[in-house]
Amino acid sequence: MDRDDSCVCRVSGLEKSFGKNRVLKGVDLDLPAGQVTVLMGANGAGKSTLVKVLCGVHHADGGAVTLGGADFAPVDAADAIAQGIVTVHQSIDDGVIPDLDVASNLMLDRLTAPGAGFFVNDRALRRAARQVAASMQLDVDVTRPVSEMGVADRQMIAIARAMARAPRLLILDEPTSSLSATEAERLFALIDRLRGQGVAVLYISHRMSDIRRIADRIVSMRDGQVAGVFEGEVLDYEAAVTAMLGHAMSDVDNTPAIASAPILRLNGVRLLPGAAPVDLTAHAGEVLAITGLLGSGKSALAEIVFGLRSLTTGNMTLDGAGYAPRDAGEAVARGVFLSPKDRGRNAVVPDFDISDNMTLPFLKSFSRLSLLGSARQAKAANRMIGDLGIVCQGPGDAITTLSGGNQQKVMIARWLLQPSRVLLLDEPFQGVDIGARRDIGRHIRATAGGRATIVFVSEIDEALEIADRIVVLYEGQVAGEHRAGAFYPAALVADVTGKIADEAAA
Amino acid sequence: MNGSSDNRVIELAIRYGFLALLLGLVVFFSFAANGFAGPRSAVFVFQSVAITGILALGVTCTLVVGGFDLSIGSVATSALMLSAYCMVILELPAVVAVLACLAMGALVGLVNGLLIVKFKVPDLLATLGMMFLLIGLQRIPTQGNSIATGMSLGDGVVAEGTFSPAFLWLGRNRFDFFLERLIPVPVIIFLIVAVAVWVFLALTRHGRLMYAIGSNERAAALVGTNVARYKIVAYMISGVLASVGGILLAARLGRGDIASGNNLLLDSVAAALIGFAVLGAARPNAFGTAIGALFVGILLQGLTMMNAPYYTQDFVKGVVLVAALVFTFYLSSRSRGTGR
Repeated sequence: MDRDDSCVCRVSGLEKSFGKNRVLKGVDLDLPAGQVTVLMGANGAGKSTLVKVLCGVHHADGGAVTLGGADFAPVDAADAIAQGIVTVHQSIDDGVIPDLDVASNLMLDRLTAPGAGFFVNDRALRRAARQVAASMQLDVDVTRPVSEMGVADRQMIAIARAMARAPRLLILDEPTSSLSATEAERLFALIDRLRGQGVAVLYISHRMSDIRRIADRIVSMRDGQVAGVFEGEVLDYEAAVTAMLGHAMSDVDNTPAIASAPILRLNGVRLLPGAAPVDLTAHAGEVLAITGLLGSGKSALAEIVFGLRSLTTGNMTLDGAGYAPRDAGEAVARGVFLSPKDRGRNAVVPDFDISDNMTLPFLKSFSRLSLLGSARQAKAANRMIGDLGIVCQGPGDAITTLSGGNQQKVMIARWLLQPSRVLLLDEPFQGVDIGARRDIGRHIRATAGGRATIVFVSEIDEALEIADRIVVLYEGQVAGEHRAGAFYPAALVADVTGKIADEAAA
Repeated sequence: MNGSSDNRVIELAIRYGFLALLLGLVVFFSFAANGFAGPRSAVFVFQSVAITGILALGVTCTLVVGGFDLSIGSVATSALMLSAYCMVILELPAVVAVLACLAMGALVGLVNGLLIVKFKVPDLLATLGMMFLLIGLQRIPTQGNSIATGMSLGDGVVAEGTFSPAFLWLGRNRFDFFLERLIPVPVIIFLIVAVAVWVFLALTRHGRLMYAIGSNERAAALVGTNVARYKIVAYMISGVLASVGGILLAARLGRGDIASGNNLLLDSVAAALIGFAVLGAARPNAFGTAIGALFVGILLQGLTMMNAPYYTQDFVKGVVLVAALVFTFYLSSRSRGTGR
């Protein structure tokens, strides 16, 4: 077949710099029609910048982009959309307006189009919206407000609206990062249909399971350039990851910690209304992974232990003494630390530099008579920067200048500055590339002695990588427990999807 | 590369542009306006901005935690009326009058903070309501009249009390400093407050946590910060400093003038916002606020000495404010918009 004819979008020699920082150093990329091209790359490789150039947010400094054979140089995001490149961004709430109903969300472009009438005909709007929804095989009530819908449905709506513009190229930036496995499968089915319609899809993801499921081709980016293109009947995933990292991926080999003294005990704690109470013990020196789908009670568990949610039943003990924190401050004072998920919302202080961000919980120990010792803060931050391999100029860098993976390292380092009794890490690998994930995982395991570490992850791969013991939650109850050395991924998956729980109930 | 040198110029402009402009103004007025360059004139500038500056430093604290305090002007005028009421009508000593005003400021700040933190009223609305309430409240005890010695209290009784000399000293005394009777007390208090607020916000852990709350409240709460307490403290600082401003105003005027202090709110908010542009901070800061207040003072002093009519003053302040805001938000968004 003649690739040139089927190529929807061609990027050649694309250059982009921010100040001294050359982010794109001559990127060449072809995006053929009816194929899903997966773009892989470590944080800071330039993926996001490439996407932002394609969708009109940034302007290229050099090189060329052609769309359907014609030159493509959008003035702004709206122009890129009008020309046929539609992007669904990582943060879903950028794509929908929560307070409006589904119909208005789907038809938003029609409302803003030039020549749109002054009054809105709700019935006609809903009729048109139903057609769009039906063409995407979306089964939703178009009169419902989007704020009542789950993450997956919101994403579907964002994509459906994008598709209503009949794009030639659809860009999906880490679309599954907040979806559960079943929700992700719905998204993949949708992508399959789009592929069938001849749309070129550029799909950015770190998740191997996603990539195995939908990739027709894989493009690996490293350091602002394309490091490898992988296509054909059988895709060489390992080579793709190697190209992206610049070195081969070494298998993790966890030596399971020998179970020792219990530190945190949960006795008969109810995680979700109506679920049976849960008993759980975390031991000194152990890394315990809690996994399960969205809504399985993982977050509830983390919040209860950190004092953000009050106990309805049961009790907790910490080092044998009663433990019932009323807020985060009390939990931290007892040596229970939580690195929350969704760092942008819950953890990063955007106005601060690395040093202030990292030392934020422990400012008291960096100050005398309340006066901060910034030299001591910087020294502590520098030590962590070295330990975790945070890529930056120094502790005085603004946190927002770091890539996502490095920001996450700073957020983890924040809670490693001082010894803890229980360290809770909620989705520590969210939006983090494999390289940074390894660095973080290694350091967590290396420092795990003396405390109990509980890691909350929804990806089984991540749990396998870091844990001595894995507890699977399903609908607020413990569905299974697995020990390192005897991890059977298949059994884990069965627990996660609740097969055993359902069978037991039947 | 062209782009990077452009960026450097913009960065320099953001950092030092405002201070350079201030210096330029001083040099310009020194040549253009006869008598502008001199210690007495300089002290006059400081004196003209001392009270608004103190209020502005208070509102800076609320801006730091991501809030806003619209009630400062009315707290100041309430303190003005309260001190006059204490001394002229109740015939209490100056110390009691001052303490009563400070306590009133702290109480108003506490109520503002509780409205915002506990009752979840948005900051602008809570403090707007408080402003309204105080403007009304300060008129009730005197049936809407100004307070001065000898005023009629009804039934033929006349107010016998006076502003004590100790109280008036606060507003009128001048210390010798090289020249005789050069520096007025309010200027000293302004400088002390400015340094104290700067130290508190920039150098202490409490200040750092308040900035963290302003930047990402959830993140601050999730590291165990008592967000509610810090917010309430910020509004209490604002209330107390506003009452300090009101006390100094009363001491300068020597009477409880119901019509004074109309411009206090706008002037002090302007100073705090102009402060965003100083040193390219793009966020509330005590040093910037003090410089912002001085900037306005110097500009008005210079223009007045060049015979600009008084009614152009608000216009000039508005121009400076808008320019400073553009400077802060447009330029810094250009230099910071480099995130990947």
